[in-house]
Amino acid sequence: MKPARSTIRRLGWRFLPFYLAVLALGFIWPVAAEYGDVVLNHRSDRAGVRPVIFPHWFHRIRFRCKVCHHELGFEMRAGANDVKMSDLAQGKFCGMCHNNEVAWGLENCDLCHSGKPGLAGGIYGGHRTLGPGRW
Amino acid sequence: MLARDDLHDPNNLALSLLQEPAEALAVLAPAQEGNFVDWAAALRSGEISPRTNVYPETKIRVLDLDVLMTDTAAMPVVRFPHRPHTEWLDCSNCHDKIFVAKGGANPITMFKILQGDFCGQCHGAVSFPLTQCRRCHSVPRDQALRVEPQ
Ligand code: HEC
Ligand code: HEC
Ligand code: HEC
Ligand code: HEC
Ligand code: HEC
Ligand code: HEC
Repeated sequence: MKPARSTIRRLGWRFLPFYLAVLALGFIWPVAAEYGDVVLNHRSDRAGVRPVIFPHWFHRIRFRCKVCHHELGFEMRAGANDVKMSDLAQGKFCGMCHNNEVAWGLENCDLCHSGKPGLAGGIYGGHRTLGPGRW
Repeated sequence: MLARDDLHDPNNLALSLLQEPAEALAVLAPAQEGNFVDWAAALRSGEISPRTNVYPETKIRVLDLDVLMTDTAAMPVVRFPHRPHTEWLDCSNCHDKIFVAKGGANPITMFKILQGDFCGQCHGAVSFPLTQCRRCHSVPRDQALRVEPQ
């Protein structure tokens, strides 16, 4: 093996307690939300409606990731998609399916706008890392 | 319980129309953490059959190629399997946004993964969590070094 590798190897172990500390953070975080739930709240609170909760667990039983993150073009980062109701009405984002054809339509406001007022946007559900989920 | 998950507004009258996660997930192949579902196994066994596309013209790309990642200190070597990933994801979800498509060409470390880069973009957010070391670090070192070319 090359010498550069063995340095990383030693460092790797030195940082092990740190990795475990980061993981422990994930455990003590007080969340009971289902793993992978995403809150979208760029505009909802300001517009006086509840924040939107998007459940990954529910959708991935019916659709593979590639449908939303490849075909429909949802960025794979919480908060990275600037979604407006007018886009949905034109068949973009959630409106691609929630159009009374693939799934129930946009008149069911409270099924999407179901979050507690004031929730911060982002990914929920525990085990979270310091990564994109913090946006 | 959705009404007590600290996320859903319990005053929303439509809340009872939403499905409780436990009702749908408890019948699927179990896992220790995350959604407590082994999603890869659930798909393989046909317990779920999620759609691959909504437009008929979309090309479905699946690749059966394992990549071994050996820079794992004293941990067992990581086996990255393309097959289960490309069942769920398209190549463009990873290449070249997250990974260059060349063996050993990505400066992956466990620290960066825990920060949410590389594998940590999905694992720890939606796919099985990073606490499940052995699902990634799955090949004993001696065995991996025997099959590695070079
Ligand atoms: C399929 C899910 C879905 C349904 C159904 C839905 N919305 Fe939305 N709505 C969203 C999403 C996603 C956003 C963006 C959330 C954000 O970032 O704050 C949004 C944003 C909004 C906003 C703020 C931004 C804007 O575009 O004005 C308002 C107001 C709003 N919705 C009202 C409604 C009303 C009223 C209904 C029912 C007639 C409704 N929504 C139904 C998903 C939905
Ligand atoms: C029905 C559509 C849909 C499906 C299917 C779907 N996602 Fe998502 N995904 C979303 C939406 C919506 C967001 C939130 C985007 C935002 O906040 O702007 C998201 C966000 C994410 C994020 C960002 C989380 C973070 O920490 O920032 C990841 C990672 C992700 N999805 C992975 C997946 C994986 C893996 C699958 C397949 C198992 C999947 N998604 C299936 C719609 C979907
Ligand atoms: C690829 C298609 C697709 C996309 C995109 C999509 N959904 Fe859905 N969604 C569905 C289907 C199908 C159902 C189930 C409908 C039914 O049961 O009739 C559903 C159901 C739901 C439910 C109800 C879950 C329950 O417990 O019954 C919510 C909430 C929801 N979607 C929110 C969203 C939001 C918010 C977005 C956009 C961020 C979104 N969906 C985008 C297909 C989609
Ligand atoms: C979940 C992420 C992901 C997806 C999806 C994915 N790959 Fe990869 N791919 C990787 C990783 C990780 C590597 C290894 C890179 C390394 O060793 O640094 C890799 C390596 C490769 C390599 C180089 C193999 C070698 O030994 O040099 C090729 C070629 C490749 N991928 C093609 C594809 C194709 C074609 C698809 C779609 C059918 C695809 N990949 C989908 C993550 C992915
Ligand atoms: C999602 C897959 C995945 C999970 C889960 C995972 N690892 Fe890793 N780990 C990797 C990859 C990929 C590398 C880099 C391998 C390479 O570059 O050859 C790595 C590298 C390492 C290294 C080498 C030093 C370093 O910092 O890169 C150590 C030590 C390590 N992991 C420990 C752990 C421990 C302990 C856990 C459980 C708490 C864990 N890993 C969980 C994928 C994973
Ligand atoms: C773009 C999202 C994404 C990235 C990046 C990603 N994975 Fe995955 N991975 C998934 C999904 C989706 C599954 C299906 C199971 C699940 O969701 O828990 C999965 C499953 C797996 C499995 C289990 C396969 C099985 O058959 O049981 C392993 C092992 C794995 N990933 C390792 C890795 C490693 C190592 C990396 C980084 C080199 C990585 N993954 C990067 C999305 C991703």
